[in-house]
Amino acid sequence: MIRCRDLTVSFGDRTVLDRFSFDVPAAGVTALSGPSGCGKTTLLRVLAGLEKPRSGAVEGIVPRQTALLFQDDRLLPWRTVEQHLTDVLPKSRWGEVPARLALAELEGEEHTFPAALSGGMGRRLALARCLALEAGLYLLDEPFAGVDLPRALRILERLKALPVPVLLVSHEPAVLSAADTVIELDGPPLRTC
Amino acid sequence: MGWAKPLKKLLYALPAPAFWLGVWQVCAFLVDRRLGGRGNELLLPYPASVWSALAAMAGTGEFWGAVLTSLGRIALGLGWGVTIGAVLAVLTCASPWADRLLSPAVRVVRAAPVASFILLVLLWTGRNRVPAVIAAMMVTPVVWDNLSRGIQAIDPRLLELARCYRFSRWKQVVLIYLPALRPYILTALTTATGLAWKSGVAAEVLCLPEPSLGQRIYYTKYYLDIPELFAWTAVTVALSMVLERLLRACVARWGRGWGR
Repeated sequence: MIRCRDLTVSFGDRTVLDRFSFDVPAAGVTALSGPSGCGKTTLLRVLAGLEKPRSGAVEGIVPRQTALLFQDDRLLPWRTVEQHLTDVLPKSRWGEVPARLALAELEGEEHTFPAALSGGMGRRLALARCLALEAGLYLLDEPFAGVDLPRALRILERLKALPVPVLLVSHEPAVLSAADTVIELDGPPLRTC
Repeated sequence: MGWAKPLKKLLYALPAPAFWLGVWQVCAFLVDRRLGGRGNELLLPYPASVWSALAAMAGTGEFWGAVLTSLGRIALGLGWGVTIGAVLAVLTCASPWADRLLSPAVRVVRAAPVASFILLVLLWTGRNRVPAVIAAMMVTPVVWDNLSRGIQAIDPRLLELARCYRFSRWKQVVLIYLPALRPYILTALTTATGLAWKSGVAAEVLCLPEPSLGQRIYYTKYYLDIPELFAWTAVTVALSMVLERLLRACVARWGRGWGR
């Protein structure tokens, strides 16, 4: 179980998280849902260690053992689909590349560069790269943006089978209803409901 | 067809040089007519005269000695300039203190007249070292400027990704910095090669190291051998272009795996 207690995050005068507390179950997919700008991305960045909260604590996360899928793809235009995975996998695990591509339904695109991928394919590549990282918690910021719904639901089923917890942000009702746990948020600023 | 592509390339590349050669021929003819056939070779020689001078020079060992020695000196200066410029760019981008300390010095070198440096370096070192030192001094600010702008323009989101995904420092350099800097490296090399030749040959003309292209150019002025002056200038331009093409091809080959 990952516990967040009384997290407060401010950017200048603007408070994004205000004494926010919540728990993430030790396994399965937990979906965060809420209006735009309510602090979901900030929350993921705090859990990933990219933002420091002004106060509060996070328990149950080993430092540097999270993997964050950013809200934007952040693909490297000069690397192929396959290279995006080998860049994050240790050499001893390069044999996993086909399975990782299959997870994101990108088989046959090994040698394609990001410029030749559609928006949805780019998103799936970013997701596959994130999941290739060894982590104790996957933080996925809108992993299915631009991905067609049937495919998103298939990939979500594979995420649910992972042995580590997944915390994802989504606005898609079908994805929310398929997740193991849903946390509805209000705000901004984000407070414990 | 195997020959269709090279032929197309040749047909595409030929018209512009042919046009300027024609302009040169017409201008030389007009000068010839204006001077009534007297002294044409002193002002603007015909392309054929320059070609004859070049052919005569190319048959001598002195020509190749001068060409290869100048090429070696200027390539050495270019190499040093690129290395120092790259190190300075990394230092000034990594540390505000280094930037405050080094940037004014590099700007002074960039703004100061090359002739002043040539005379100073001539006093400080032997005349044979001046062309390489001057070429390096002129190239350094160009490489520093281009690479600094390139480093500052790297997408910070990619650097955040690299930190978040635990890329080692080496991996960050190879996967993010070098590919992102490639256009800046190409621009820097193109500008730097031309500048190295210009400043290096100017230093040779003023310092007369033996043997050298600049020394030969100086003698053409001394003996008013204008066709030979044109021929040596053409050789310098050709060498500069060949070196630039070679360096660009190396960078392109090096970056082939980057998918650009």
